[in-house]
Amino acid sequence: MPKLIIDGNEIEVADGITLIQACEEAGVEIPRFCYHERLSIAGNCRMCLVEVVDAPKPVASCAMGVNELRPGRDGGPPEIRTNSETVKKAREGVMEFLLINHPLDCPICDQGGECDLQDQAMAYGVDGSRFIENKRAVEDKNVGPLIKTIMTRCIHCTRCVRFMTEIAGVEELGMTGRGEDAEITTYLEQGMMSELSGNVIDLCPVGALTSKPYAFAARPWELRKTESIDVMDAIGSNIRVDTRGREVMRILPRNNDDVNEEWISDKTRFVWDGLRTQRLDQPYVRVRGKLKPATWNDAFAAVARKVKGLSGSKLAAIAGDLAGAEDMFALKDLMTRLKSANMDCRQDGAIIDPAKGRASYLFNSEIAALEEADALLLVGTDPRWEASVLNSRIRRRWRAGAIKVGLIGPETDLTYEHDYIGAGPQSLADLASGKYDFFKTLKGAKRPMIIVGSGALARSDGAAVMAQVAKLADAAGVVKRGWNGFNVLHHAASRVAGLDLGFLPGKGGLDTAGILKAAQSGKVEIVFLLGADEIDMADLGKAFVVYIGTHGDAGAHRADVILPGAAYTEKSAIYVNTEGRPQMADRAVFPPGDAREDWAVLRALSAELGVPLEYDSLAELRSAMFAEYRHLAMIDEIDHSDGLDLSALSAGGARLTKQPFARTVTDYYLTNAIARASAIMGELSAMKAGVEKTGTDG
Amino acid sequence: MLKDEDRIFRNLYGFEDWGLKGAKKRGAWRGTKKLLEKGRDWIIEEIKASGLRGRGGAGFPTGLKWSFMPKESDGRPHYLVVNADESEPGTCKDREIMRHDPHLLIEGSLIASFAMGAHVGYIYIRGEFIHERERLQAAIDEAYDAKLIGKNNVHGYDFDLYLHHGAGAYICGEETALLESLEGKKGQPRLKPPFPANAGLYGAPTTVNNVESIAVAPDILRRGASWFAGLGRPNNTGTKLFCISGHVNRPCNVEEEMGITLKELLERHAGGVRGGWENLLAVIPGGSSVRCLPQDCCQSLNMDFDSLAALKSGLGTAAVIVMDKSTDIIRAIARLSYFYKHESCGQCTPCREGTGWMYRVLDRMARGEAEKREIDMLLEVTYQVEGHTICALGDAAAWPVQGLITHFRHVIEERIDQYSANPKPEGAVREPAAAE
Repeated sequence: MPKLIIDGNEIEVADGITLIQACEEAGVEIPRFCYHERLSIAGNCRMCLVEVVDAPKPVASCAMGVNELRPGRDGGPPEIRTNSETVKKAREGVMEFLLINHPLDCPICDQGGECDLQDQAMAYGVDGSRFIENKRAVEDKNVGPLIKTIMTRCIHCTRCVRFMTEIAGVEELGMTGRGEDAEITTYLEQGMMSELSGNVIDLCPVGALTSKPYAFAARPWELRKTESIDVMDAIGSNIRVDTRGREVMRILPRNNDDVNEEWISDKTRFVWDGLRTQRLDQPYVRVRGKLKPATWNDAFAAVARKVKGLSGSKLAAIAGDLAGAEDMFALKDLMTRLKSANMDCRQDGAIIDPAKGRASYLFNSEIAALEEADALLLVGTDPRWEASVLNSRIRRRWRAGAIKVGLIGPETDLTYEHDYIGAGPQSLADLASGKYDFFKTLKGAKRPMIIVGSGALARSDGAAVMAQVAKLADAAGVVKRGWNGFNVLHHAASRVAGLDLGFLPGKGGLDTAGILKAAQSGKVEIVFLLGADEIDMADLGKAFVVYIGTHGDAGAHRADVILPGAAYTEKSAIYVNTEGRPQMADRAVFPPGDAREDWAVLRALSAELGVPLEYDSLAELRSAMFAEYRHLAMIDEIDHSDGLDLSALSAGGARLTKQPFARTVTDYYLTNAIARASAIMGELSAMKAGVEKTGTDG
Repeated sequence: MLKDEDRIFRNLYGFEDWGLKGAKKRGAWRGTKKLLEKGRDWIIEEIKASGLRGRGGAGFPTGLKWSFMPKESDGRPHYLVVNADESEPGTCKDREIMRHDPHLLIEGSLIASFAMGAHVGYIYIRGEFIHERERLQAAIDEAYDAKLIGKNNVHGYDFDLYLHHGAGAYICGEETALLESLEGKKGQPRLKPPFPANAGLYGAPTTVNNVESIAVAPDILRRGASWFAGLGRPNNTGTKLFCISGHVNRPCNVEEEMGITLKELLERHAGGVRGGWENLLAVIPGGSSVRCLPQDCCQSLNMDFDSLAALKSGLGTAAVIVMDKSTDIIRAIARLSYFYKHESCGQCTPCREGTGWMYRVLDRMARGEAEKREIDMLLEVTYQVEGHTICALGDAAAWPVQGLITHFRHVIEERIDQYSANPKPEGAVREPAAAE
């Protein structure tokens, strides 16, 4: 624990940290451009210079380890000055250099108002320029539809290069040329194909890389900022929704070291234009084969006419991937009151039995534990596209040389090296019997981890696969004292909450496949779809479909009555991520037009159906929900009280089939109704397909 | 004047056989095994005692540098890297060693590697040195064939020596940029610490030495530290290769005693300044990076590290660039400034932005198209660059300009006056006002 004197105050800091971190601990803010906590150290902007007493020249505090400092005079602790004349002069000098070739276009720059260079120029800049030569101009680069480049503004901090190389794992950005001709570029002038590329917009300390879809749309000080939770995958990335008036203008990440750190995927970041298009902003009722706009009363009446007198077994409900816990709770309540046990939150048909304990369907080790894992087996999952920010953590661990990764499932580019073990359940069984070397790796590891994805569970032999994984976990010692490396990676944001709430077939009830079959045969006559768009609508047969949702997607097209709901930015809702971590999103804007929050729609409908739900406000609903499911009230915390019983898990299941595991995500950019309504996502999807077609793969 | 028997580089001019036979005749590879048998510590102590200071420019004591290498390997290999990326304008000493006396370098590499526990050495040679590369490779092959180096060699110390050629970037002469380049990356200096002795090539302990520093080591050990220390002046011992270029009658490379006066050096070896000593305007005593010195500083100037440092200049690589009174000193320094602008790697801010700025202002000043207040501004800019960069290229770019302004401010002011008195589109350079 080295001691330092920073600006006259002696402090003791942890070993191995850098001077800039030590200064921060001492409460001294050091200006910086290139330094970023989560990236490697470049030390090239020279803004963070500080004075180390008796050192010949100022040192870059970001690159100097506290352990490397020489003792001060008389063997005392090294003395650091951050506010001396030397330091001030050095920083002013650097600032002047940064500004001489930086255009004075702040009034038309999208970074204006949240620009590090602008802010720090207030502290270290001078009012005039001594530079009378011509300024440098740099040609802009086309890096794809997400990122707008104005490369003349670039200050060569290389944060973007380091991010793409180190975290995204796509080495498509770099600095070419040298001296003042150095440029940040994609080497081949091609778009960046990374699912995390949008993060460079946040990282760029100036306006060189800005958001293309958001270009010239708003100023940061006009925006209202709402803390929310992302629903594009089951990670539950913490986001901030920036709104102006009734519109979502952009989505940014919030820092949460346990979940997404400070990264979000491109889908999370740029899906917001999908919130504006294809919206269901009023109820519709199908009249003579055509959907006609209707009032709420008419729509409810249409539903009530159908439901009245029907026995519960003829009703069914399927919850989609984006539903909030409250919505599912209300719908389950309604179905129960209508005496129906036919409901399912697993529209992809994943076979998960919550009866085997909550730990059987959670990411038990927690995401942050990837920092400790030293062996990882991926089963039927492609985390790069199913949980991008989680994948970046695996990559970081792999870059540190501390983890070995094995994959069973479709072979794919994970951005890190891995042992490809096989494509399907047979490989899993062989691995469990020790046929592959990777079994030894897993068994020998101190912190082994298995991640089972939806691709392994959403299939007819899902239970058998799960049993096989449990056997393997047992044999390889993945679950041991103080360490539970048995993890399920979901892809649907609503899934864990749905399982927690028991939005599942009740006694004698039907699951998704059963509901669809029964609908086709006419045994089920009314199906409620709570934002469920990813089932094959043709399978619903002649059933009367009530669609509660936000977008004019597959479900709405099939619906007989549409009850417009609220998207994730438009309601306060609890989402439980794949770790089992309940997180609460706030409402950023109101739903468009006549649309209402889904639980409120269900509450109103229940009254029409004569089985009124017993809560009239969200607070009442929540207290009812929390009373039943206490752990949902533990916002941001994970309830691990339900331990994992591997033997119970390995018991179930019929025989394994030979069919290889399928991809869960076939078109990353179009996985849900909001994304499918987004023009940006459509462009990206087309671009990605184009790249793959014209590639060397033939 | 250095006596002939005290010379280390006896084939500096290539009059004799460069090959193994010739080298052996001149004393190379003689008793190398015995030197190694005296042990690592003895070698390092001898080099320390000889007072040898690094010949690459900074003048850091070589023996001390070697002693920074870990005594015991922690499992990582140790490396010797010889910096043969001689790119400093005015400097042409290493190439003469490599093409005329390559075996001195190879023998030195073996001894130095032994002293620091390295079994592998790399010589990073400048990309433009085609002939030198071929010659040096041929010499290395000879040494391998004669089992002087390589596995199971006659010296009983396994040692492999590889020659790697660069692509001709000045910055790759900076030791950490050189290591990056050697690793196959873009040649950009690394942050220090960690220093190469802790984490250098491929993260292993590495020492980077100049060609001349390595090539003189065998002779120092053979003849004894006291012999070397007896030459030159205190703290600036031994012999040194001087590269004399510019306005002298016979530009040349010559090995001389450290601390020889500039006047003697020029007059004895280079035929004196063109047009006589009085025609001397200025010298740049140590390669383009150091501050120039006007004639009045040169009268009894000793050419060694400390004497030149006292004048805020430096011995650098001992590349003496002589300029007589026909020189347009502003244009000369502006040209150097252009060189540094061109060779800046672009990694860190002060150098990337500052070198271009300095060059452009100087370029205008050379034409007189400037204002006098800009002289002080330019000087301030040089101080903003100096000491604030990752590597020393920023300093190297700043010093020549500082030297110019310190010693020749009046010339700049005159030029500005000339131009403002008679501003012409082509500037005041070609036709001074007095000539009209």
